[in-house]
Amino acid sequence: MTERDEQNEDRADALFHALADRTRRDILRRVLAGEHSVSALAASYDMSFAAVQKHVAVLERAGLVSKRRVGREALASGELEAVRSVSSMLLELESVWRGRIARIDELLAESHPTKE
Amino acid sequence: MPVTDVKHDLDALTLTIVADFAAPVERVWDVYADPRQLERVFGPPSHPATFVEHKLAPGARSTYFMTGPEGEKYCGIWDLKTVDEPASFTFEDAFADEDFNVVESLPVSQNSYAFAAEAGGTRATFVSTYATAEGLQKVLDMGVVEGATSAINQIDDLLAS
Repeated sequence: MTERDEQNEDRADALFHALADRTRRDILRRVLAGEHSVSALAASYDMSFAAVQKHVAVLERAGLVSKRRVGREALASGELEAVRSVSSMLLELESVWRGRIARIDELLAESHPTKE
Repeated sequence: MPVTDVKHDLDALTLTIVADFAAPVERVWDVYADPRQLERVFGPPSHPATFVEHKLAPGARSTYFMTGPEGEKYCGIWDLKTVDEPASFTFEDAFADEDFNVVESLPVSQNSYAFAAEAGGTRATFVSTYATAEGLQKVLDMGVVEGATSAINQIDDLLAS
């Protein structure tokens, strides 16, 4: 493994770790819809500001969220490009299914010779 | 092309795929009930599946493995939940070790397959739900992926962008 590969693997680990938590997925949904301050996000959950801040930090490390500072507020927004990789995984799963369905179709055609 | 509808639910990590087959419901059910037919369709040509035990009955456990091009073996189990022959069945699909013990640390997927008579054929609705993106990723890594792209390539693309 080259150093670059190693770095990519580390980032992939961070990406999937970040998405493996329900609260973080929920935060991500909100910030994809529009920029939110971390304090506004914290108000939406039954957990401490520090806990929500930690979730945002995990998302940020995974490249799913970016933060900027305005005055004393930390504003978080979602990174669309990164989220698209999840949708590309579902697309892959779809291709698995398309293959499977084509094979079922062939198998069914074998046992049902061409109809008149 | 028998696939008539595909839905991706990104939040729920759910794939729903609908296909119309030119065969009666009972015939399509047979493909799933008979392990010898099922293994012909389940794995892609590069990763053929072998069902060791398989019976569509509530509470039954199916055991299967897929063999990759380098001889690598991926084991899994289905835990059947509900079976309503020939209309539907639901099951959990989990990873297993070579002795078919469920690997608890890896996520399971929830699956629901339904078959209904439609215009002289069968409309099949397949729903697969993954609890986490990691689970979905692992499934794709296991080699069930057909076509050139693997999830890892896409991550590389993402990282490169």
